[in-house]
Amino acid sequence: MPPKILELVNLVTRFHTDDGTVHAVNGVSYDLHEGETIGIVGESGCGKSVHALSIMRLIPTPPGEIAGGEILYQGTDLLKISEDEMRKIRGGEIAIIFQDPMTSLNPVMTIGKQITEALNLHMDMHGEQARERAAEMLDLVGIPQASDRLNSYPHEFSGGMRQRAMIAMALSCAPSILIADEPTTALDVTIQAQILDLVGRLRERLGMAIIWITHDLGIMAGLAERLMVMYAGFIVERASKHRVFADPRHPYTLGLLNSLPRVDKRESGSRLIPIVGRPPDLTMLPKGCPFYVRCPFSIEKCVAENPPLLEIAPGHEIACWVDVHEAATHEVLG
Amino acid sequence: MMSDNGNQAMVEITNLKKYFPVTQGLLRRVVGNVRAVDDVTLQIIKGETLGLVGESGCGKSTLGRTILNLHKPTSGTVLFEGTDLSGLSGHDLRSMRARMQIIFQDPYSSLNPRMTVNAIVGEPFIIHKIARGTELDQRVAQLLERVGLNPLLGTRYPHEFSGGQRQRIGIARALALNPSFIVADEPISALDVSIQAQVVNLLEDLQDEFDLTYLFITHDLSMVRYICDRVAVMYLGKIVELGSIEDIYDNPQHPYTQALLSAVPVPDPIVEDQRQRIILEGDLPSPADPPTGCNFNTRCPIAFDRCFEEEPQLKDLLPRHDIACFAAEERLQV
Ligand SMILES: Nc1ncnc2c1ncn2[C@@H]1O[C@H](COP(=O)(O)OP(=O)(O)OP(=O)(O)O)[C@@H](O)[C@H]1O
Ligand SMILES: Nc1ncnc2c1ncn2[C@@H]1O[C@H](COP(=O)(O)OP(=O)(O)OP(=O)(O)O)[C@@H](O)[C@H]1O
Ligand SMILES: [Mg+2]
Ligand SMILES: [Mg+2]
Repeated sequence: MPPKILELVNLVTRFHTDDGTVHAVNGVSYDLHEGETIGIVGESGCGKSVHALSIMRLIPTPPGEIAGGEILYQGTDLLKISEDEMRKIRGGEIAIIFQDPMTSLNPVMTIGKQITEALNLHMDMHGEQARERAAEMLDLVGIPQASDRLNSYPHEFSGGMRQRAMIAMALSCAPSILIADEPTTALDVTIQAQILDLVGRLRERLGMAIIWITHDLGIMAGLAERLMVMYAGFIVERASKHRVFADPRHPYTLGLLNSLPRVDKRESGSRLIPIVGRPPDLTMLPKGCPFYVRCPFSIEKCVAENPPLLEIAPGHEIACWVDVHEAATHEVLG
Repeated sequence: MMSDNGNQAMVEITNLKKYFPVTQGLLRRVVGNVRAVDDVTLQIIKGETLGLVGESGCGKSTLGRTILNLHKPTSGTVLFEGTDLSGLSGHDLRSMRARMQIIFQDPYSSLNPRMTVNAIVGEPFIIHKIARGTELDQRVAQLLERVGLNPLLGTRYPHEFSGGQRQRIGIARALALNPSFIVADEPISALDVSIQAQVVNLLEDLQDEFDLTYLFITHDLSMVRYICDRVAVMYLGKIVELGSIEDIYDNPQHPYTQALLSAVPVPDPIVEDQRQRIILEGDLPSPADPPTGCNFNTRCPIAFDRCFEEEPQLKDLLPRHDIACFAAEERLQV
């Protein structure tokens, strides 16, 4: 396996609000290897974006606070370096793209100027050389007449083109990690397919590692190598994508897969199986398992104690006290 | 579900157009038209769920609202059980309107934040002078119960509920006057996957119980396959393909439908590895300035001479399966 490039150790991020402390990320640990693509899936509010913003040190403080843990980038703890040093990492070594491209693009600056500024800062590239590189990047992401388009403003682009421009900007400094926070969620499926296809090809060509955040398990089935499922600020299941889809072991993952319709088949008369209830209030996390109230398999222990993430098979971890296979057999036997 | 005796039309839409003027300058001079709905002819059969799919801006919501006479058509007619709404006024219009309802995408903005849930759900009874006093309270409680909300929560305000619960409030309100036809405009798009299945199952149960006919507007093609009986595919204001779920999903004929279906990710890595994706080039053209000939010719992978000169009409090239495409005509006729 290629060497680790990023290591999260027990990351804890909270927000102190008028309604109480929001426990957004509650001890997340994982490794990312060079050139690897991992997927993070979970419902709205489970802490996906907060975890990503924590890596970039972009959490608004206050109300936010990275309350604990380490974020080791090539062995250096990003939480311990100065803001100046962090600025070089941000955009240079680790780049992030968002659902709304306008959060990264400046509306009153041409696309070309925005990309060349990043190149000045991170790559020490200037003048004609930077412009050439910027045009090359726009061309790479499939924007026609790239060198003319450098003079365009973001509002002159369509939604799909803005998303491409943001990707061009993010990748212009050849980062070793790209964090993609639902960059295709607001796009139509045909445009999403273009972007996913593009990212797949760029990954092969540029070799960066990717952390892809989404609530769409379908996207992960294609793009990711390893998958992590998040719930209420915890990672509850982690394995290769093939294992997660073929043999999901956390009741939440199982529930998500059961509640999804599929475009490629429909068994007649079948009904979707929803997960009852809704995610917990992150200001009042229960003492036990956060999924307990919605879980069809829960036992007494789940109320008392939150299960840690433990390996149940090589490379397959879950945070659950129950063996769903065994529980399902019991149910069948009565 | 389609009725056994075939085609009992609940809604008959003939050559329906809805254009919005594009204005310019201080005098708001009209310089063009957005052809949001451009010559749609379509029947909605009693008891069925007709899916309406297509990319953002293709005119789905406008078609839904024009059918309900919430937009005045630019031309063309809509007959609701044989009656043209545009010829009605006063009491007749109101009682007809009561039989057709709409459920919106955004449960947050479609409910009045200053009204309690009881007042929101009870309002239609008061407007139509159907119930008041204790009878009103009872009817409201029944409705809340029916959509799976505790009637005791009726004294609360919308912001105190989750997205899925708010959608249930919207559904309860839509059901108040015993409608027979409901336009559901992206009713689940704002909800988390695990909650979507709850709402979809509720809509299906209510359909059986109250004999409802649905026009289900969405961009989620997986859900359409799951919940609908027939589906209409819309592109730039026009229906380009119409047929049963089986025909459209297993045997799509229009190149746009084919691309759209192939672009939807499937939550199954084994399927994803083997799928051939048709990646469309470019974006949706502006509906204010559609291409001449076939609307789709700017993105179509198989367009030929005729497609740039003439406009294809929606024709039943296969049994109960209509397609608007010259290439399909050549392929399927002769
Ligand atoms: N600036 C903030 N102040 C207070 N609470 C916040 C702030 N940012 C995020 N949160 C809270 O942190 C929790 C996690 O939010 P986060 O944005 O990470 O969710 P997410 O998994 O990215 O969801 P989505 O799929 O909707 O993007 C939520 O409860 C959210 O309300
Ligand atoms: N009231 C209006 N005035 C002017 N133009 C409008 C109006 N309503 C819609 N349009 C335009 O008509 C076209 C169709 O819009 P519509 O909202 O029907 O699309 P849609 O298919 O529902 O899209 P979405 O999936 O984003 O909801 C768009 O170009 C839109 O900008
Ligand atoms: Mg997010
Ligand atoms: Mg719409």
